[in-house]
Amino acid sequence: MFDNLSDRLQSIFSGLNAKGTLNETDVDAAMRQIRLALLEADVNYKVVKEFVARIREQAVGADVMRSLTPGQMVVKIVLNELTALLGDTQSKLVLSNRVPNVVMMVGLQGSGKTTATAKLAYMMRKKGKHPLMIACDVYRPAAIDQLEALGRELDIPVFRGEGDDPVKIARDGVRYALDNMLDFAIVDTAGRLHVDEPMMQEAQNIRNAVKPDQILMVVDSMTGQDAVNVAEMFAKRLDFDGVIMSKLDGDARGGAALSIREVTGKPIKFASMGEKPDTFEEFHPDRMAKRILGMGDVISLIEKASETAFEEEFSEDDAKRFEKGKFTFDDFLTSIKQMRKLGGIGAVVNMLPGGSQLKDLEGKVDDKAIGRTEAIVYSMTKRERSNPKIINGQRRARIAAGSGVTVTDVNRLIKQFSETQKMMKQMQNSKGKGKRKGRNGMFPKGLF
Amino acid sequence: MSSWFDRLNEGLSKSRQRLAGSLNQLVGRGADVDDSFWEELEETLIAADLGVEAATDIVERLHLESDARSIPSADLIIARLQDMIAEEFETAGDPFQFSPVTVLMVGINGTGKTTSVGKLAKQAVEQHKKIILGSADTFRAAASEQLDVWAERANVEVVRKDRGADPASVAFDTVARAEEVGADIALIDTAGRLHTSLDLMHELEKVQRVTRDRSKAPTFTVLVMDATTGQNGLVQAREFDKHLAIDALILTKLDGTAKGGIAVAISRELKVPIVRIGVGEGIDDLRPFDPHEFAKALVGIDV
Repeated sequence: MFDNLSDRLQSIFSGLNAKGTLNETDVDAAMRQIRLALLEADVNYKVVKEFVARIREQAVGADVMRSLTPGQMVVKIVLNELTALLGDTQSKLVLSNRVPNVVMMVGLQGSGKTTATAKLAYMMRKKGKHPLMIACDVYRPAAIDQLEALGRELDIPVFRGEGDDPVKIARDGVRYALDNMLDFAIVDTAGRLHVDEPMMQEAQNIRNAVKPDQILMVVDSMTGQDAVNVAEMFAKRLDFDGVIMSKLDGDARGGAALSIREVTGKPIKFASMGEKPDTFEEFHPDRMAKRILGMGDVISLIEKASETAFEEEFSEDDAKRFEKGKFTFDDFLTSIKQMRKLGGIGAVVNMLPGGSQLKDLEGKVDDKAIGRTEAIVYSMTKRERSNPKIINGQRRARIAAGSGVTVTDVNRLIKQFSETQKMMKQMQNSKGKGKRKGRNGMFPKGLF
Repeated sequence: MSSWFDRLNEGLSKSRQRLAGSLNQLVGRGADVDDSFWEELEETLIAADLGVEAATDIVERLHLESDARSIPSADLIIARLQDMIAEEFETAGDPFQFSPVTVLMVGINGTGKTTSVGKLAKQAVEQHKKIILGSADTFRAAASEQLDVWAERANVEVVRKDRGADPASVAFDTVARAEEVGADIALIDTAGRLHTSLDLMHELEKVQRVTRDRSKAPTFTVLVMDATTGQNGLVQAREFDKHLAIDALILTKLDGTAKGGIAVAISRELKVPIVRIGVGEGIDDLRPFDPHEFAKALVGIDV
């Protein structure tokens, strides 16, 4: 459904070079594509209208027609404008000198406040703070238990007060933080509808009681056109300081970020993307702009890869070993695990620009096939994994039975595996002579 | 019948006001149906989260029909629009009409699966049906405890295991327990997961496979979706359908200002019925879905 805006614009402007001029029809067609891309990304239609009008002015005024690649030129204008709107710089938490610092989390039901609370606490502890999480959601069944369980897992204290008055719990919690030398209190509030008058009043009361340094609104990145109504109302009632975009590990374009920024002027401060505590980072407007336009997120992929690699990274020694062609099935499992952590092949492909077109790869190189390969390796003994040469016919039959595949499958894997070893040796041999043969990743073709 | 329509209206009243505001302006033009009328009509549908494709298609068809039959006025055109939207919905296939039946509730995080399970349990009890709940969300902290509270309110039994247990085994035990006690409904709550997380989608496939294999009763898989979801809702529905072959949809959180227009786009493509809508926090606010009332409330004008 989503194609890259860049590709779409390229196709509109193709053939333009010959003409050399950009006429109204071309510009109209380009603007329609930009409008479509933004609407598909859930940017509010009014925001889209204004945005497209601005881009149109710039596109007409700019040297688009003289540029060799007008498509790219327009994309650049769109991208720059979008990045500027989302915030020129990263907006960080603004904290006062008082102890404890208090941050209050607000948002609709199911937007991910409790998860974000835990992640923010985890992040602040890494930065040397001593966080306390205050559980003020007295409405949703077991919401407080959820925060407590997260606190136990992360070893971060949770304050669960007495009674069912969230204002009192919040106030008591902040006092508890002070008494226990905890310098960063996060107030997790119940999810509430922006049109629910008593609940919005309650949020105001909590704010007045604890006077937070910052109020953060958690917004689901999948939110549609309604994002502006919700954010406007929250801004009006609570004058929040910034936004946390949640569930960014999905494939939603997250146009709500732009709508909210445009309508309320509030900065997006954090991006939250998963259930693990460390999947929380400061917001990067440039990446979000690319994401909204469907232009991939290579930087995030690289960062994810470098963050992920820490646990089971191959050492220098390993690398030397590989170069001698001594790549074992254990190493192979490690590399599969690394790819898994990146979210599997599907996720990796999705994060690449134009990744949606690579969907054809599905079925050929899918995670299921990798799972089967993994199962085969797991059915080998430790000795077999480190020294595949000993795998004879009898062993192959056992491995096949153990992993629920045929002996042919096992044979194919072992054959391809020995080709990988050879390939690695070749790479080493060619290295000294200054010519590097093309390296198609870790695995030879057809391994999966 | 009137009571639930009132509630639906109440729940959708915000959407009505907003949509009606813009549409009333359109209607006010009387016979003055020009290009900008059609443009604004399309925008109104886009603002309701129908998506560009569905909105454009519906408005184009409406435009053609209006020209061909020379529909004389804006309000008649909008009346026809309501019918067209209603026609997009499948109606047959409510899993809860069967007995015995096994139902798996699936969806991404935070759409209201557990809450819906709780409300459905209460309703089943009120209809004198015997229901067993299964807490196959063994991942999220305190998910079981949350379901426990609902079960207590409805006074029904929950099958659960410790956090981290295999969700498929919880589903298996739930179906077994339902058969043992001769329950009408075995209703299984699963952990929220993003459709992009392949491992978790495979886990869900296993839960479904195990449930189907074990259950003698027909097994239905219901996708729970938040009405505030934008265009990604269609991607979500598509992916869940690809992995699990979705049988029905529950649309939650229609009591805000979101219009839930993505449901139209999903129904157009996947042809699955919407079987319940959530219009409030109360236990009785999970209501049957009526396409005509929904379309009418969505478009917001009585004609």
